[in-house]
Amino acid sequence: MSRITFYETAIMRRSAQAAPFVWDRNEGTIKTMTMTHLQRLEAESIHIMREVVAEAERPVMLYSVGKDSAVMLHLAKKAFYPAPPPFPLMHVDTTWKFQDMYKLRDKAAKDAGMELIVYQNPEAREKGINPFDHGPLHTDMWKTEGLKQALDKYGFDAAFGGARRDEEKSRAKERIFSFRNANHGWDPKNQRPELWKLYNARKSKGESIRVFPLSNWTELDIWQYIHLEGIEIVPLYFSAKRPTVERDGLLLMVDDDRFPLAEGETPVERSIRFRTLGCYPLTGAVESEAATLPEIIQEMLLTTTSERQGRAIDKDEGGAGMEKKKQEGYF
Amino acid sequence: MTGTTTEEPVYKTDALIAEDIDKYLEVHQHKTMLRFITCGSVDDGKSTLIGRLLYDSKMIFEDQLAALENDSKKVGTQGQQIDFALLVDGLAAEREQGITIDVAYRFFATEKRKFIVADCPGHEQYTRNMVTGASTADMAVILIDARKGVLTQTRRHSFLAHLIGIRHIVLAVNKMDLVDYDQSTFEHIVADYRAFAKQIGIEEFTAIPISGLAGDNITTRSENTPWYKGPVLIEHLETVDLGLDEGAGQPFRLPVQWVNRPNLDFRGFAGQIAAGTVKPGDAIRVIPSGKTSTVSRIVTFDGDLDEASTGQSITLTFADEIDCSRGDVICAADDPAEAADQFETTIVWMADEEMLPGRNYILKIGTQTVSAAVQQPKFRIDVNSMEHLAAKTLGLNDIGVCELSTDKRVVFAPYTENKDLGGFILIDRMTNATVAAGTIHFSLRRAQNVHWQSIDVSREAHATIKNQRPRVLWFTGLSGSGKSTIANLVEQKLHALGKHTFILDGDNVRHGLNKDLGFTDADRIENIRRIGEVARLMTDAGLIVLTSFISPFRAERQLARSMMEAGEFVEIYINTPLDVAESRDVKGLYKKARAGDLKNFTGIDSPYEPPENPEIVIDTTAMSAEEAAELIVDRVLS
Repeated sequence: MSRITFYETAIMRRSAQAAPFVWDRNEGTIKTMTMTHLQRLEAESIHIMREVVAEAERPVMLYSVGKDSAVMLHLAKKAFYPAPPPFPLMHVDTTWKFQDMYKLRDKAAKDAGMELIVYQNPEAREKGINPFDHGPLHTDMWKTEGLKQALDKYGFDAAFGGARRDEEKSRAKERIFSFRNANHGWDPKNQRPELWKLYNARKSKGESIRVFPLSNWTELDIWQYIHLEGIEIVPLYFSAKRPTVERDGLLLMVDDDRFPLAEGETPVERSIRFRTLGCYPLTGAVESEAATLPEIIQEMLLTTTSERQGRAIDKDEGGAGMEKKKQEGYF
Repeated sequence: MTGTTTEEPVYKTDALIAEDIDKYLEVHQHKTMLRFITCGSVDDGKSTLIGRLLYDSKMIFEDQLAALENDSKKVGTQGQQIDFALLVDGLAAEREQGITIDVAYRFFATEKRKFIVADCPGHEQYTRNMVTGASTADMAVILIDARKGVLTQTRRHSFLAHLIGIRHIVLAVNKMDLVDYDQSTFEHIVADYRAFAKQIGIEEFTAIPISGLAGDNITTRSENTPWYKGPVLIEHLETVDLGLDEGAGQPFRLPVQWVNRPNLDFRGFAGQIAAGTVKPGDAIRVIPSGKTSTVSRIVTFDGDLDEASTGQSITLTFADEIDCSRGDVICAADDPAEAADQFETTIVWMADEEMLPGRNYILKIGTQTVSAAVQQPKFRIDVNSMEHLAAKTLGLNDIGVCELSTDKRVVFAPYTENKDLGGFILIDRMTNATVAAGTIHFSLRRAQNVHWQSIDVSREAHATIKNQRPRVLWFTGLSGSGKSTIANLVEQKLHALGKHTFILDGDNVRHGLNKDLGFTDADRIENIRRIGEVARLMTDAGLIVLTSFISPFRAERQLARSMMEAGEFVEIYINTPLDVAESRDVKGLYKKARAGDLKNFTGIDSPYEPPENPEIVIDTTAMSAEEAAELIVDRVLS
């Protein structure tokens, strides 16, 4: 009994009425404590990443510079330590991200010792596709088409993405290893059963895999983990005075001089921050004074609207917007 | 939101969030996690229940709620009320058809725990999804519609949950609002379920009367069920003891996922610990090679560890350069895992194309990938009746016990001991689809064990395949005593428990086999003799036979008893006094007999000889037919 630590003793007291303890056959002592939910999630994500590296030919990590990407990258460093993660980071760029995002992207890749691939759809670039003039076409061409082109160009057969099941209804039903046909389409009715920790990574010709190591994390888990692990995130998540204008109910930040101001429209300095990051002309800010992680988490927990509300993408096509986009090859 | 409640919600938004966020984070950081599945028949209200849990735990935001209210009016099935099911039915096809197709994972947290819910569809064709959802769950919440009771699907889901090794079962008797919160309805369902659960090896479960729609006993104790003293659902979810991680008390096992070689000076073996604990200095043995070494370091990004245990993802380095690669299992040197190439397994078939015995499939277990051939099933398990049936193959959603052999030795543990080392999937070589999930029972040490044993189909074999002891339940009593009513109820209950039964009564015997017989004493004796012979043949076939005849004479009942195997004849005396039976006179026969229109009527002008030592006596003036049937079923199956 001498090896029982204080914490283990506490566990024993708490649950002593209910269940027998597992005893070490050899030593007659109680073994281990129940892992916390974050420890379980971390171990699971690491396991998933290692499976991909062991089984895929050419994996890549899609890096969007958001908080989920930051956590995913951090977990990759843990999974392969002391080696750097044995795959490149890839940013499918729209050229319309916030300047702060570009800065952190380059720094994060360098810190991790990983190759950074930045891909911009040449056709979108040529046609000057932008969120102000082209509406949904902007997302289709830069992101959906851009991603397909990039994966095809480099021949990546497995791509890590930071999507979580708590984000959206169709994602709640997506497997951790999610297969895409040669056109990168998702067939929700024909998903492989995924049992225990066993992932079937075998693919047919032309197929590729999207892997979601953060599937079982929630928004709160992500924030809490960032806080606990001291992970660097884009400063835009924290409140600061920034130049803004109001458009269609969204509070937009004037991040550079490409932002076309309407006649008589002048940017107003407001204390704002972002709950989610995308292309700056499409991403709504919230007015906030939350300048530290605990304050952000506090605000999130007390808030009454869901995370993606600030993004224009989900509002198309009613409830099936994301499902439809994924079938077309959106991540 | 019509639920009447007596207390504040158990998990209202934590006041700490507003008052002391640092303290809140500290608490939240130490929460444990419970993964559970919800399953039940179509329309039992699974999605509604989950929607309710999310709603009550404030996981539905205002904008989602607004969208939900909008959708509810458009396509909802709850009239003007919010249809929570729309919240969890994520795919367009599901919302259109109002059904759940695929497993959906949902998340919520209370002040004590974080929960991951896998919502499993109830349709028969989706057994594979249920097994998928169950494979990572600590608990199963099985929903029953209080109006319908224990259904075939309830039994199937319970069996699957048990098969996949879920230790905690909750029986959520839902829609209590539609049965006026009736205690006896609840208790009958629980009793039915208990009888069945025991039969398949579920020793314990927790039954809770709820209404997902109205919110009774979900987060707060309902005023509508004052008779219920157990925990409300959320309370149970929050407090059920998870024990320690599976494998915690077992010898060390680390399936190697990946060998980490960043440079010539470092060679680490990465994996997630499947069992036991490891410390630097521990002696290890790599299986299957059997090579030994000593652990030098437990390497992690956060620094080297002094100890690591089950569930942790780590990297080990050894003191010696020994061969070790993906698929090997690093074990405690003095208590290593077994390796074998032939196994008895349970297989759940998950593909449209049926299993081909003898074909080579890819088998994945832990981090090992091998080639495997499956033998013709020893038997298939009917998930509705739990019967073992002969089978040449397995089709979609079939479950069978099969032997399989692999092209090289596989490191394993029986599934009941360790899921990581005992659960496997089969992959089709051509389509790359995951076609089956399986669990290892044990290894077959000698090759000859793999051969089929032909057996004589004996009396015992007939009974064994039905998983029951043959019986003749011989009901005797006056006309109008309640024999047929009770016999019918008994048969229904036995049938519901998956027993194979048959009733012999006046209707199916007098109209055929015995239509040449009348009601003289001689004919009555011949009638009983023939019934006895038929019943005897049926017991040889393994059946439980219920006979419902007045059978007034002791001698004939004794004759029937003597035809049966010892212990298989159960005489049940339905003891109803003549005046009571006569006052019931369901068929108007007593009236006719008293009027002299019916001759040789037992009790009137022909004697009834009550049994002297019947196995069971039912006093119908003291209990209801339902109670009598319960009592008989209990006695017969005990």
